[in-house]
Amino acid sequence: MSATTSRRAFLASASAAVATLAPGITLIAAQAKPADQPASSAVRWGMLIDTTRCSQDCSACVGACNVENGLGSHGRPQTDPQWIRKVDLTSKRTGQKLSLPVMCQHCEKPPCVDVCPTGASFKRQDGIVLVDRHICIGCRYCMMACPYKARSFVHESLENQRPHQPRGKGCVEGCTLCAHRVDEGKLPACAEACASGAILFGDLNDPKSEIAQKLRTLPTTQIRPELKLNTAVRYGGLSI
Amino acid sequence: MKTVAYREVEAMTTGWWMLMGALAAFTSLGLLAAFYMEHNGHWVTGMTNQIVWGLPHVFAVFLIVAASGALNVASISSVFGRTAYKPLAPLSALLAVSLLAGGLTVLLLDLGRPDRLMVAMTKYNFRSIFAWNVILYSGFFGIVVVYMWTMMDRRMKSFSKPAGFAAFAWRLILTTGTGSIFGFLVARTPYDSAVMAPMFIAMSFSFGLAVFILVVFASSEMTNRPLGDALVRRLKNLLGVFIAAVLYFVTVQQLTGLYVAEKRDAVVFLLTNGGIFTVLFWMVQIGLGALLPLALLFAPPTAMNRPAIGLAAILVILGGIAQVYVIIIGGQAYPMPLFPGFEVTSSFFDGQVNTYVPSGPEAFLGVSGFAVAMLLVAFASTVFRFLPESLADEVVDPHCVAKARK
Amino acid sequence: MKASWLIALLAMLVAGLGWGPAFADPFPTIPKAKGERCVEDPQYMRRNHMDILRHQRDDTMRLGIRTTKHSLKECVSCHAVDGKDGKPVTVKSSQHFCSSCHEFAAVDIDCFACHASTPEAKR
Repeated sequence: MSATTSRRAFLASASAAVATLAPGITLIAAQAKPADQPASSAVRWGMLIDTTRCSQDCSACVGACNVENGLGSHGRPQTDPQWIRKVDLTSKRTGQKLSLPVMCQHCEKPPCVDVCPTGASFKRQDGIVLVDRHICIGCRYCMMACPYKARSFVHESLENQRPHQPRGKGCVEGCTLCAHRVDEGKLPACAEACASGAILFGDLNDPKSEIAQKLRTLPTTQIRPELKLNTAVRYGGLSI
Repeated sequence: MKTVAYREVEAMTTGWWMLMGALAAFTSLGLLAAFYMEHNGHWVTGMTNQIVWGLPHVFAVFLIVAASGALNVASISSVFGRTAYKPLAPLSALLAVSLLAGGLTVLLLDLGRPDRLMVAMTKYNFRSIFAWNVILYSGFFGIVVVYMWTMMDRRMKSFSKPAGFAAFAWRLILTTGTGSIFGFLVARTPYDSAVMAPMFIAMSFSFGLAVFILVVFASSEMTNRPLGDALVRRLKNLLGVFIAAVLYFVTVQQLTGLYVAEKRDAVVFLLTNGGIFTVLFWMVQIGLGALLPLALLFAPPTAMNRPAIGLAAILVILGGIAQVYVIIIGGQAYPMPLFPGFEVTSSFFDGQVNTYVPSGPEAFLGVSGFAVAMLLVAFASTVFRFLPESLADEVVDPHCVAKARK
Repeated sequence: MKASWLIALLAMLVAGLGWGPAFADPFPTIPKAKGERCVEDPQYMRRNHMDILRHQRDDTMRLGIRTTKHSLKECVSCHAVDGKDGKPVTVKSSQHFCSSCHEFAAVDIDCFACHASTPEAKR
């Protein structure tokens, strides 16, 4: 099966309510939100990452995220931002190899929100954890507090930002779960780009959504479950 | 006891100009460094997305911790009624606010957006220990300034004791807050411990007193004011007790870490194979910063030798900076345990020990915090009567003199 | 005597205003927008655009309300000014709609440290 067809097959199976209108425009009809309505607490956006489908030499999700959010590299890996990264794992016990993307886990009880002195780190009603750059003072305490290393600090002046994704020097940033796309009823860029169907996006609160059904039937886990942060990003095929 | 006479430092002498000039130069260097960092962005520093807090934070935390400890001498006199320390109480309070100002200056200038100071002062998230610290710092300034007023204005004398009590309580809470900045971080194994708060209080006693002793030595030397052995003996004995207290908490912290399986690897890393952090811990923090000063302060040949006591105080400060470095930087260098049981690699340095190479500007910014604090102390004691005319034995403790004569 | 000095001084000032190109036009040249009319009355916008933008910013950021009427993105796109190369100029240029007035009023704009000051080129 070619990459395109497998992706179509995935999308078709993803949800009965999902319709592909044109390449790149996918509507989640049931969950599209009118522009003048605030995000609702009835919804909790989340992701299920099937690590068995995620290949070590694929980083399509990372590339799509970088393009969507205008994340450029300055050739300085230590300070270049990474909202999503591919992590390769080898089990010390069995030698089993795994590869998976790690990004902001959009915790129900996010430590970054707790520690932020000004309230710039916050959680939207629909569970998406964001940084309000208007009041971020760049103290980086959230980066100290995040158990997933999910945040980056903008270490230099930026130009050519994407209009839908403002970012600038001196503030902390991280995965927004593509809130700007989700609000329009589109999939996050990484989920859309994932040809193998390893990233399933949906509403955790809707018992009929595919993600909720899969979470009920498949064994899944969160990263660092002992912290009891109840993350919105779950992993299948990974036993911690 | 005689009434203690205070006198301003004489201004405009050659020595005064040299001191002020040197401090102002260091302060300006720090400001220049901060401007350079802010103008270019933090990529010009050694700080990265892995080591997010660097040298500025080490110096800022040291200064803030030392600030609350510098208030000890005043607290001992007002709260615990030890009259021998009374002549130095105003200086103690002055040093406390100055060190805090120095530390906060560094912290502020390292922010990604220091221009948003107003946001930090007006928007509070009350679940954030950091926000609480902002309130605790501001409150500390207010309370200690009032406390100084009650000590230095005869009409306010009767309020001195309650003000001293308030300041003492406040400083304990403040240092609890500073320690909890790290103690509340569940994400990083080396932090995340309730012992951080009391350990930071012990650290503040020790670092603050070390800085205080040096300021007393330097000011009596530079302004030719007598300083008797009675006070020096008390101060150095007290420093010894505080050093021991810090050692105690460090031992407890590491032992509990070794006992808990979850934390064991991180503690073994620090104590045995953590590279620079292991060296800093054993050699500088424990060896140079605690054991050597204890020997200098209590071994008979050097016990009452002023240069040796001064050296001990300097070593305590060095050891303290090393300790804060090991806590802050070491805690970030140790890889976060996202996937226990797996070998981990990624483009974002997961599973690796992170390296930190401080740059010149951030070092200048950090050190300038000391310059800011000392500049404030020197300036305030030139304008106001903070320094006692004499700290000779008969002023400090008449009984002691009488006993010595017997 | 004093009065005549004052008058002379004033006369020189008035003359000075008209003297040299720097003083030729004391008011900013505000570029014309592409749309027919602004989302609010121009007079109102001149005084209150910052409050409107701030309100919209909090609604969008915090609540996820994404109406376009008062969005900065729409302002930037409607008021874009093309430079000599045919591409819209950024806020660094004095010709930029925001800069033209803000430079005159000497008011710093913080928006464009993060926000794009030009509409996005077609990808």
